[in-house]
Amino acid sequence: MSEAVAIDVQGLSKSFDGKRVVNNLSLQVPRGEIFGFLGPNGSGKTTSIRMLCGLLIPDAGEGKCLGYDVIRETAQIKREVGYMTQRFSLYEDLSVRENMDFVARIYGVENRERVVNAAIERLGLAQRRDQLAGTLSGGWKQRLALATTTLHNPKLLLLDEPTAGVDPKARRDFWLAIHDLAAEGITVLVSTHYMDEAERCHRLAYLSYGHILAQGTPSEVVTNSGLTTWMVKGANLNQLAEDLRGLSDAAQIVPFGDALHVSGTDAERLEAALAPYLAQADLTWTRTQPGLEDVFIQLVSEAVEEKT
Amino acid sequence: MSRFSWPSFVAIVVKEFIQMRRDRLTFAMMVGIPMIQLALFGFAINSDPRHLPTAVINADQSEFSRTFLAALKNSGYFELTRVVQSEAEANRLLDEGEVQFVVTIPAQFSRDLLRGERPSLLVEADATDPSATGNAIAALNELARSALAHDLKGSAQGAAGGANAVELIIHRRYNPEGITQHNIVPGLMGVILTMTMIMMTGLAITRERERGTMEHLLAMPVNPLEVMLGKIMPYILVGYIQVILILAASTFIFNVPIQGSLLLLLLCVLLFIAANLSVGIMFSTIARNQMQAMQMTFFFFLPSMLITGFMFPFRGMPVWAQRVGEILPLTHFLRLVRGIMLKGNGALETLPHLWPMALFMLVVIALGLKRFKRTLD
Repeated sequence: MSEAVAIDVQGLSKSFDGKRVVNNLSLQVPRGEIFGFLGPNGSGKTTSIRMLCGLLIPDAGEGKCLGYDVIRETAQIKREVGYMTQRFSLYEDLSVRENMDFVARIYGVENRERVVNAAIERLGLAQRRDQLAGTLSGGWKQRLALATTTLHNPKLLLLDEPTAGVDPKARRDFWLAIHDLAAEGITVLVSTHYMDEAERCHRLAYLSYGHILAQGTPSEVVTNSGLTTWMVKGANLNQLAEDLRGLSDAAQIVPFGDALHVSGTDAERLEAALAPYLAQADLTWTRTQPGLEDVFIQLVSEAVEEKT
Repeated sequence: MSRFSWPSFVAIVVKEFIQMRRDRLTFAMMVGIPMIQLALFGFAINSDPRHLPTAVINADQSEFSRTFLAALKNSGYFELTRVVQSEAEANRLLDEGEVQFVVTIPAQFSRDLLRGERPSLLVEADATDPSATGNAIAALNELARSALAHDLKGSAQGAAGGANAVELIIHRRYNPEGITQHNIVPGLMGVILTMTMIMMTGLAITRERERGTMEHLLAMPVNPLEVMLGKIMPYILVGYIQVILILAASTFIFNVPIQGSLLLLLLCVLLFIAANLSVGIMFSTIARNQMQAMQMTFFFFLPSMLITGFMFPFRGMPVWAQRVGEILPLTHFLRLVRGIMLKGNGALETLPHLWPMALFMLVVIALGLKRFKRTLD
């Protein structure tokens, strides 16, 4: 089993000061897969990742990461996992090369000098090898962090919001690199807020208040949501949005540029409720596939309703 | 420049107060430090120490010698703690810092006194800290004269007034010229090490946490002991560089002698540095940021300066303050470094000062490791 599955945990829970941050988390991630971890701020993504790499010991639950027990064999896990923290956590007062050298030493990387130099070349940082890491731009810092995290050839990469605050070009390059790594057989678990990034994952899980609300491939998640979405274009959309908010069957009315997305969980009732507006001549209605964002916002609002 | 805006000013004042209150440790320090300092130092510090432990060699069991000893006691400066038989034993007590004075009354004291032959009274003082013995020595002459004058009244020598009845010989041991530097400079070594070692380790670890690098460090295959020791090591070296600089200055600029073994001194320094580093690490497990680490360093540093015998004579303090002072490693280091440098103490006399430091260090490390485990989670 451990050959094919990189992460296999059941019922992981963790509380801080009596507040349950992660509740009954179960995950199975096959090797070589890019697994997206989504969820609003404070939904327990970082805590889950920390439990997977042995930084935190779960209060309850059990499981294996790379075939090692997440509670008893954290030392072995740390050796084979690369963890990239949410905040830049390399030493700002060390140079690019010194940072990589330090990490390579700790992991006991063989042929350290050669490996570090090769990584610097691959990164395109040869010119800046002696520059202090703190003086790099956000995009470069993030690339340096990824390169440093992969120095010891980890089998599993845990990336905690790696692209927060990075420009679109750098984000795209970053994701190309992630896919290259996955193609080499490395499993990647990545948390993010960006929906376009979620769609680049092989599979994903949506987390809220420590619970997994949905899990599957992006298209599975959309299909399973049971959500129907209409896109409407035309004049005076602001007024239309106001009017539609009165309809109980239209769960979400969200502006997207020059269009409005109207979504509901019951296709027939939504269509019935929208009927008067569908007929209006100055509006163009199209039935579309809901986006991941629509689905997730729906999931969160349902979860909140259940809680209250 | 824009005009002074009252609402903006008020907004900033209000914000500062809110932040001050949020930072509970800082708040506690602002209120706690003055109270503790006042209580501790207001009552503890006394630059005119009395009841100094004194050993007596009394080879002349006579009325005169008893009168003299009673007068010593009544002056309030001398506490006759030991009666010893031999010079060697008295020396040992002085070397170990057991007693501050040794008073020797010679065998023929009363006979010579009555004959008017000016017998000599020897008073040896541990003058490593001149300020601890200064007042007591100053009181001696007057004391000898007035005490014996009464007993001699009506005797053959009564007429002489007793003023020159005895020859008072005072030996200021270890620091014959009473040079303050001889006492302060070795002490400074301890003070400087306390300050820098605690602060540097305290900051080094809280800095990792503050900058977020600790998380990455702990996600890598390292264990807490490797982190701790790896962080301590460079500072031990820094500590030794400081020691060498201070010793060089003390020898070449202040001309402080090194009577004992330099090697022994350097070995003892290692324990003292380690004790202070462990305090720094313990603080860093409690402090949430570098600012708090600094505050805690000062909280520890002040009593280390004031009630360890560095600035004020240790024996001048009330017993409770001495007990508190004896917890601090600097108290023992001061005795040790002054002992080695000024008294020429060897390993045997040094031991009693080493184990309290070692004990202190073990307790502090245990506390630190306990806290460190918790902060990982």
